[in-house]
Amino acid sequence: MTRIAVVTAGLSQPSSTRLLADQLAAATRDALANEPLANEPLGGDAEVTVIELRDIAVDVTNNMLTGFPSPRLSAAIESVTSADALIAVTPVFTASYSGLFKSFFDVLDKESLVGKPVLIAATGGTERHSLVLDYQLRPMFAYLRAEVTPTGVYAASSDFGSPSLHDRVRRAGAELADRAVGGRTVAKPADTFVPFEQLLAQ
Amino acid sequence: MQFGVFTVGDVTTDPTTGVTPTEAERIKAMVTIALKAEEVGLDVFATGEHHNPPFVPSSPTTMLGYIAARTEKLILSTSTTLITTNDPVKIAEDFAMLQHLADGRVDLMMGRGNTGPVYPWFGQDIRQGIPLAVENYALLHKLWREDVVNWSGKFRTPLQEFTSTPRPLDGVPPFVWHGSIRSPEIAEQAAYYGDGFFANHIFWPTYHFQQLIQLYRQRFEHYGHGSADQAIVGLGGQVFMRRNSQDAVREFRPYFDNAPVYGHGPSLEDFTSQTPLTVGSPQEVIDKTLTFREHFGDYQRQLFLMDHAGLPLKTVLEQLDLLGEIVPVLRRELDAKRPAHVPDGPTHQSLLEKKVSA
Repeated sequence: MTRIAVVTAGLSQPSSTRLLADQLAAATRDALANEPLANEPLGGDAEVTVIELRDIAVDVTNNMLTGFPSPRLSAAIESVTSADALIAVTPVFTASYSGLFKSFFDVLDKESLVGKPVLIAATGGTERHSLVLDYQLRPMFAYLRAEVTPTGVYAASSDFGSPSLHDRVRRAGAELADRAVGGRTVAKPADTFVPFEQLLAQ
Repeated sequence: MQFGVFTVGDVTTDPTTGVTPTEAERIKAMVTIALKAEEVGLDVFATGEHHNPPFVPSSPTTMLGYIAARTEKLILSTSTTLITTNDPVKIAEDFAMLQHLADGRVDLMMGRGNTGPVYPWFGQDIRQGIPLAVENYALLHKLWREDVVNWSGKFRTPLQEFTSTPRPLDGVPPFVWHGSIRSPEIAEQAAYYGDGFFANHIFWPTYHFQQLIQLYRQRFEHYGHGSADQAIVGLGGQVFMRRNSQDAVREFRPYFDNAPVYGHGPSLEDFTSQTPLTVGSPQEVIDKTLTFREHFGDYQRQLFLMDHAGLPLKTVLEQLDLLGEIVPVLRRELDAKRPAHVPDGPTHQSLLEKKVSA
């Protein structure tokens, strides 16, 4: 069983951001099912958990103000940090990821996504914002030392229904599936506890 | 078991009236609160130390010296004394002086301070917070225990044949607590010296602090100061009481909603269910406070934050009257539950007896 977490920051209901997120999750699931695995010859099974940031928007803000997550936000964070792979999708607001999207990643422990396979995606009203993936999302996840797939998916309104979006979604899903079951070894942060004699000697 | 109040010393506008106390009014209010703490039978008054507005207590021993002269039994303490930006020599001198004037009714709590700009004002760098806390305290510890000190370190000019005066009263240095909200290094430091560890857990859920206190207890035992359950633990608390629970909630809500730390964030209901904050009847405060022992083990000191968020002095004094009513109940319950081998809160007298019998 491979666990995929999906973080989607769309605000409207229904949301094109959520639509893209679902397509990416389905593509990843399909790719996993076709992935030849030693111990699961029939292909990998996937469990997908979707986190709609809209539902926990107030909790995210409260965490910023108080410094700790509510039980509901805590559960969402746990889903993301414990998943085998993450799909992160944001609408483009004012030439960047949405504030809510950034805020969610701001309240995570900055070590908690180290080595995590991440598929980045964004939606926007026009094609002109497509570089938001490489100029905004990719550096943010690089800072968090996550492992971002080479293909990111940007979908402008005009892209929905076009075959090329479908191809990119499939390619990105396959790349994420590959990394989710790749058996990567992520170096855990070293135990930072230092005995006092050593602290004194420093 | 020791009970008391600790104050940040903030000047905050009362959100219900728009009135902001002057610095003079706030400083005098802090003194009045301390005197009231003794009157209602509390054991400890602790003041914060800050060097930036909107806070007034930049000179804790001046304030505590004044309070010492006007009280008989109250233990005067800090919450916290900045071990990073103060010169440890001056801390040694100031608190030893205070200890003599107060006939031993003095202890202090070390803290690092989390306001970045304060560090450079005192020639330091917040990125060196932990190394400063480690080195400065090592020197302070030595200055109170060795009559003549030769010392050199990274952060302060060296000392040759230096004697810090006055020497601690009866040769017993003031008891030291180390306060921290997230640093295992500070729990380790407290354990190493066999000092107390104070977890001001009032703004965060319990689980944040259980690990830290557990670490402190285990390391206290590791360093041979006693068993883990004999380690000296202090906790924060934050309460607002009225006889009738609904009255407490109604009156406190505007202060909560506009409070500098958590205001404009979670609801009062969410915050009280997720943190130690209790707003309600005296019995509710008793019940919640008794759960602290279940989470953290038998402990020695309970300090309450009572005068913040712009609460007027009159209200704070009423709160202290109510605190004075519930503390005997808490004291009875917690003292009865504490096993005989677990020590009570440290006092100059208890430390002196320990020294004499050693």
